[in-house]
Amino acid sequence: MEMPAPNPAVLALKPRLVARLQEVLAPDAVIHDEAETRAYECDALTAYRCPPLCAVLPSTTQQVSDVLRICHEMGVPVVPRGSGTSLAGGALPTADSVILGVARMNDVLEVDYDNRFVRVQSGRTNLSVTGAVEADGFFYAPDPSSQLACAISGNIAMNSGGAHCLKYGVTTNNLLGVTMVLMDGTVLELGGAHMDAPGLDFLGVICGSEGQLGVVTEATLRILPKPEGARPVLMGYDSNEVAGQVVSDIIKAGVLPVAIEFMDRPCIRATEAFAKAGYPDCEALLIVEVEGSDDEISEQLALITDIARRHNPVELREAADEDQARRIWLGRKSAFGAMGQINDYMCLDGTIPVSQLPYVLRRIGEMSQQYGLGVGNVFHAGDGNMHPLILFDANKPGDLERCEAFGADILRLCVEVGGCLTGEHGVGIEKRDLMVDQFAPDDLDIQMAVKDVFDPKWLLNPAKVFPLAASEPRRQAQIAAE
Amino acid sequence: MHPTSEADLADAIATAKGALRIQGGATRDIGAPVIGTALSTQGLDGIVDYEPGALTLVARAGTPLAQIEAALAAEGQRLPFEPMDHRPVLGTKGTPTIGGVVAANVSGPRRVQVGACRDFLLGARFVDGAGRVLKNGGRVMKNVTGYDLVKLMAGSFGTLGVITEVSFKVLPIPETQVTLAFSGHDPARAVAAMAAALSSPFEVSGAAWVQGQTLLRLEGMERSVAYRVGALAERLKPYGQAEHIQGTAAGAIWQTVRDAHALVGCETLWRVSLKPSDAPAFLAAVDPDHQLKCQIDWGGGLIWLGAESAENAADTHASLRGEIASRGGHVTLLKAPTALRTSLAVFQPEPPAAAALARALRQRFDPKAILNPGLMG
Ligand SMILES: Cc1cc2nc3c(=O)[nH]c(=O)nc-3n(C[C@H](O)[C@H](O)[C@H](O)COP(=O)(O)OP(=O)(O)OC[C@H]3O[C@@H](n4cnc5c(N)ncnc54)[C@H](O)[C@@H]3O)c2cc1C
Ligand SMILES: Cc1cc2nc3c(=O)[nH]c(=O)nc-3n(C[C@H](O)[C@H](O)[C@H](O)COP(=O)(O)OP(=O)(O)OC[C@H]3O[C@@H](n4cnc5c(N)ncnc54)[C@H](O)[C@@H]3O)c2cc1C
Repeated sequence: MEMPAPNPAVLALKPRLVARLQEVLAPDAVIHDEAETRAYECDALTAYRCPPLCAVLPSTTQQVSDVLRICHEMGVPVVPRGSGTSLAGGALPTADSVILGVARMNDVLEVDYDNRFVRVQSGRTNLSVTGAVEADGFFYAPDPSSQLACAISGNIAMNSGGAHCLKYGVTTNNLLGVTMVLMDGTVLELGGAHMDAPGLDFLGVICGSEGQLGVVTEATLRILPKPEGARPVLMGYDSNEVAGQVVSDIIKAGVLPVAIEFMDRPCIRATEAFAKAGYPDCEALLIVEVEGSDDEISEQLALITDIARRHNPVELREAADEDQARRIWLGRKSAFGAMGQINDYMCLDGTIPVSQLPYVLRRIGEMSQQYGLGVGNVFHAGDGNMHPLILFDANKPGDLERCEAFGADILRLCVEVGGCLTGEHGVGIEKRDLMVDQFAPDDLDIQMAVKDVFDPKWLLNPAKVFPLAASEPRRQAQIAAE
Repeated sequence: MHPTSEADLADAIATAKGALRIQGGATRDIGAPVIGTALSTQGLDGIVDYEPGALTLVARAGTPLAQIEAALAAEGQRLPFEPMDHRPVLGTKGTPTIGGVVAANVSGPRRVQVGACRDFLLGARFVDGAGRVLKNGGRVMKNVTGYDLVKLMAGSFGTLGVITEVSFKVLPIPETQVTLAFSGHDPARAVAAMAAALSSPFEVSGAAWVQGQTLLRLEGMERSVAYRVGALAERLKPYGQAEHIQGTAAGAIWQTVRDAHALVGCETLWRVSLKPSDAPAFLAAVDPDHQLKCQIDWGGGLIWLGAESAENAADTHASLRGEIASRGGHVTLLKAPTALRTSLAVFQPEPPAAAALARALRQRFDPKAILNPGLMG
């Protein structure tokens, strides 16, 4: 993955830039020492690293605005950062950029149960948003597996999802408003406690814009009353086709589970060795979870297990109590860790039409043979959001490149069957060069035109999302103007 | 103009000499009046792909809404966001199209639980003002590949592009529904009761106040609904004894809420979007003597207001805009004689920074300024 060469003119600005940033921020909020900037050299896509020119940690929207205004005036690129858990390299700096981290902005500003929303500063972690309201019986629905660490700001930028989005939707469906600062320092209030936009739906386009349109400093989030209870059921099948059919039949039957998770044999085996959750050794395993009162749960599970039985499961296990429920989820929740025990891995998240599941899994198996790299599949089956985990050895020369080539082939396959490159992790740098496989040049041009409007100088996170060749004229126009 | 293919439509736009008035079924005469050549999308019709097992449907923009709803119903599914039929209340004729639903982001009572039209829109194809055929999103349920222009197109009223094809996430029609109806509520009591209901775990899928009655809808499987109806009625005891309305009778009630039947015949009509708990004070301030017809939906978040005559419309309009300014939210003038829709700002004017972005975006999407120019202000 290539990054643009740093602009020497910007590198030379460092002393003056640091001095100006120190005028508007607390002394410990401007990090410019080379040893310390290393802390911001990468996100969770750790294969790519580069320390930034400097990092700033503002505490208020006003400070964010001051920082952006200064960088705008001086022509310095800015990379916004939440908690740095992006798997796509979204928060990866370039040597000539300023990392703008919102980690110090983590207050709850308003809790309103009558209208069912919270307003928080954007650096607050996902889980601690729920933490602020759960004692009163509410929760914030989008639940990425990284929820202990990841920030609302990163969730908004990536439009993150989670295991329960089949029922509750992803970030964009639960976001009511933002305070956002444009690159020139303008502060913008969009949406709020009311339910729809007065004019164009800017909120919709900002969510998922990967930190390229503005820096989000505050967010109004929809909260929901907690369901009375939840219970999972586990089922094992001896073919992916049959498991895929079960998913489709459950959906067609009119029950709407909160989650339908799928694991294939390599993943089941790795997980068993690691977590000993007691999973059956079979080709495909499904975990289906439903919510409600005890009675409601039984009613839904009766229907679901009926469907499951019709397809001759090798195993069908309903959780009778809390402990059994925990054990059913245990393996699924440790799947990433388990694969990590075997080797380094790369996690992709292409999405496909549900009906294509068996075909795509078969093709991934064949490609795994060709590339000579193992792959385990664990994913959100209800919405077709795959998560192939490709195993490789980072210390072995050539393995990373082989892994990336394999990954790219899987993603092209997702597009080919009518799906997309990424369902929840975002494009970042990782899938940037594959965008041409999903979009025609004009489709990319109209997206870049949106960035032209919000950030005419292309200073915000400029080397992401769009293939470098496609964005080059726009980025170069800026450099030429300096 | 009546193109029958996307390519013809693109050609018509690329070679257009002046303003175009984009029409689906010509049923939603919303926004500032547009003067221009009519461009109909009705020639682009038909369902392209429907996979019930994947809960996804793709259709061309000119497809009649009724055709889509029938196809879904045959598989026991539906458009979850419950698009309203504007014809009764606007006094229009014609056949509503799915493209018009999307262009106006039309959403009904279930919005309070499941979201708006834009939340179910997975992808769109459209032609921009330069005549380029563009696509964004797709037909899968989760997609963060590139910017989400799909949401931007929803509710853009044809001012950014002419939509040619849309794809949706759909949902199963639940087995049964029951509505709890409380009588004798004023707006304050109604909004309090609705807040209590919506803050409960019982999954209320409609919360409206019409003609003194507070209506709460529960949908789902038989036993589940029976349980939740009991639990909810118990929780809402302080708001009175509720009448239980079942099955088709409940369905009929929600259709009248969805289509704002209480305001049929009004010459002037406003739609107010605000923080739900603000609704009672807002109403008390703008209509202390109950001169206007009123319906509350979305637990308080949506107020419909109507006046039988257009006589004092300009004054009422000013007072609504004044009152909302101090609270947050917005007011749309949905129906009024053409002269008024020309002289008054139909859509709430945006704050300067947002307005500047909107102008710049339109300039990029529609450089010749020919797509419904001026409709959104
Ligand atoms: C173990 C693991 C599990 C994961 N599971 C999931 C999952 O289940 N579902 C899922 O969707 N994702 C998952 N992720 C990916 C990741 O956690 C999400 O993308 C998350 O939303 C990133 O949040 P962050 O705060 O860490 O953002 P960062 O990594 O700091 O940044 C991500 C992007 O957001 C931008 N950004 C950050 N702050 C701002 C701001 N204030 N304004 C504008 N832009 C900003 C950055 O520029 C960058 O482009 C997982 C990651 C890991 C490591
Ligand atoms: C009795 C009557 C009187 C009328 N008077 C007027 C008048 O005074 N002035 C006037 O301008 N028009 C008038 N019209 C025409 C028509 O109502 C408007 O042009 C209306 O804005 C178009 O709505 P529609 O049919 O597309 O409705 P819908 O199909 O419901 O469309 C709603 C909105 O979406 C837009 N739209 C529809 N389809 C698409 C698409 N595929 N892509 C992008 N945008 C789309 C429309 O432009 C409209 O803004 C009248 C029509 C009737 C029947």
